[in-house]
Amino acid sequence: MAGDEKRVKVKIDHVEKIYEGRQGKMIALNGVDLDIMENEFICVVGPSGCGKSTLLNIIAGLLEPTSGSVYVDGKKVEGTGTERGVVFQQYALFPWLTVLKNVMFGLKLKGMNDAEAKELAMKYIKMVELEDFVDAYPKELSGGMKQRVAIARAYAVQPEVLLMDEPFGALDAQTRTQLQSELIKTWQEEKKTCFFITHDVEEAIILATKVIIMSARPGRIKKIVDINLPYPRTQEMKMELPFLDYKSYIWGEVYKEYLEIRK
Amino acid sequence: MGSQEKKQGKKELDIIGRIPNWGWLLISFLTAMVLWFWLSINETTARSFPFVPEVFASLQTMIQRGVLWQDFSSSMISVILGFALGFVTSVPVAFLMAWYRPVRYVVEPWIQFIRNIPPLAYVPLVVISAGVGRKPQVIVIWMATFLIMTVTIYQGVRNVDNTLIKAARVLGAKDKDIFIKVIFPATTPFIVTAVRLGVSVALTTLIAAESTGAIAGLGMRIRSLNNSFEVAPMLLYIIIIGIIGITSEKIIKYLERKFTGWQETRNE
Repeated sequence: MAGDEKRVKVKIDHVEKIYEGRQGKMIALNGVDLDIMENEFICVVGPSGCGKSTLLNIIAGLLEPTSGSVYVDGKKVEGTGTERGVVFQQYALFPWLTVLKNVMFGLKLKGMNDAEAKELAMKYIKMVELEDFVDAYPKELSGGMKQRVAIARAYAVQPEVLLMDEPFGALDAQTRTQLQSELIKTWQEEKKTCFFITHDVEEAIILATKVIIMSARPGRIKKIVDINLPYPRTQEMKMELPFLDYKSYIWGEVYKEYLEIRK
Repeated sequence: MGSQEKKQGKKELDIIGRIPNWGWLLISFLTAMVLWFWLSINETTARSFPFVPEVFASLQTMIQRGVLWQDFSSSMISVILGFALGFVTSVPVAFLMAWYRPVRYVVEPWIQFIRNIPPLAYVPLVVISAGVGRKPQVIVIWMATFLIMTVTIYQGVRNVDNTLIKAARVLGAKDKDIFIKVIFPATTPFIVTAVRLGVSVALTTLIAAESTGAIAGLGMRIRSLNNSFEVAPMLLYIIIIGIIGITSEKIIKYLERKFTGWQETRNE
């Protein structure tokens, strides 16, 4: 069947990013090439300073590459677009809007009327199980709840590609594992192409179909590891052998990069 | 021993906490009265601080002379007009400064330069061009409030969290949407602060503004009472200005709760 064929969703074509500061040139990304297939869940790990956030911002259209380009469905990325949603580490909720209004924000910009926008927003608020907090303001929510709202808000505009920049990085371990499970569930229900940045190797393996290991200075892709673990993935898998094998391998590779930097 | 000390400290805190807000207000008021009374009997300060009965009597005198209401309304008109002009002009200028760098580079030094000059200093210049009457009063208050409010709102616009702008952009916001739906609401706490400072500056500038040959006004009256050494009504007028200040502060507090209740506060 044609539908089963793997299709390139995002093509990263020799992307280079050079920052020019007072101390001279800093090469953040040194010719990154990557094909992301439709519905793939990519996790990017690597030491800080490897340019993973820069790469995400370039895919999002928030940053321009110095050279090279990114294509989504064959179309060159120029600026932001609602087919690419972003979840930020700092939640980035609008503090003056309630949970409902935050999730409706992108829908109203699409030109939907209040009733339509509300209906769709409610669907995603229910997905993240915050229906009891629709009228709450962000300041009344915990970190985990805030990030759930941010995820609902990103999903609501129905992007085809979801970019997540260490979304669970600021959360405590328990909330983090809970949100991981929820994210896996959501991804299975509504398949999207995901590009997820983390510095937590376990988190990368439990979520991803493919883990990308980046090396630092200059930032480039070092290794791509396919994760052949069945979905739905559970937290128990973290104690089992195939997971542990992946973990020791990926962790070792990342650690080598840390040592490289410290030299 | 240490634990006992702690316990006592806690007990003290409890007493402080158990007195309701209005109780503290009462204590504050009574203490002020005692201080005032002391000033009114102390030899060196007695002549400047007549006590309550005399000030109260002067209230009647001023009403009988037919000037109190006239002074009050004249001052209020100048303050409200000057402040309103200051507000409507400072908002666009502050946003332009934050938005366009050339505007910022040209205008900001002017504002910083003029801001620290006491309004009383440039009052004569205003009068030479604007003549006497309502016009120079409004101009002086307008200038002073415009400067302080522009600086405050401008800081607010520059403080808008960049991630919020990014978040709006990826959700499909264009420049216009970002301005109306992100920058403007994010700046409202600073606008409220600007209003608070503006009102306060408008009142403190009142004396300077009314030294432009005004025929009525709270500030003008204080100066003219000074010439006839009428201390009690002077004190009365000073108190009235204070009451206007406190009342406007209360109104602004209410607005603040209404418009910026979403803000994270550090202490509840």
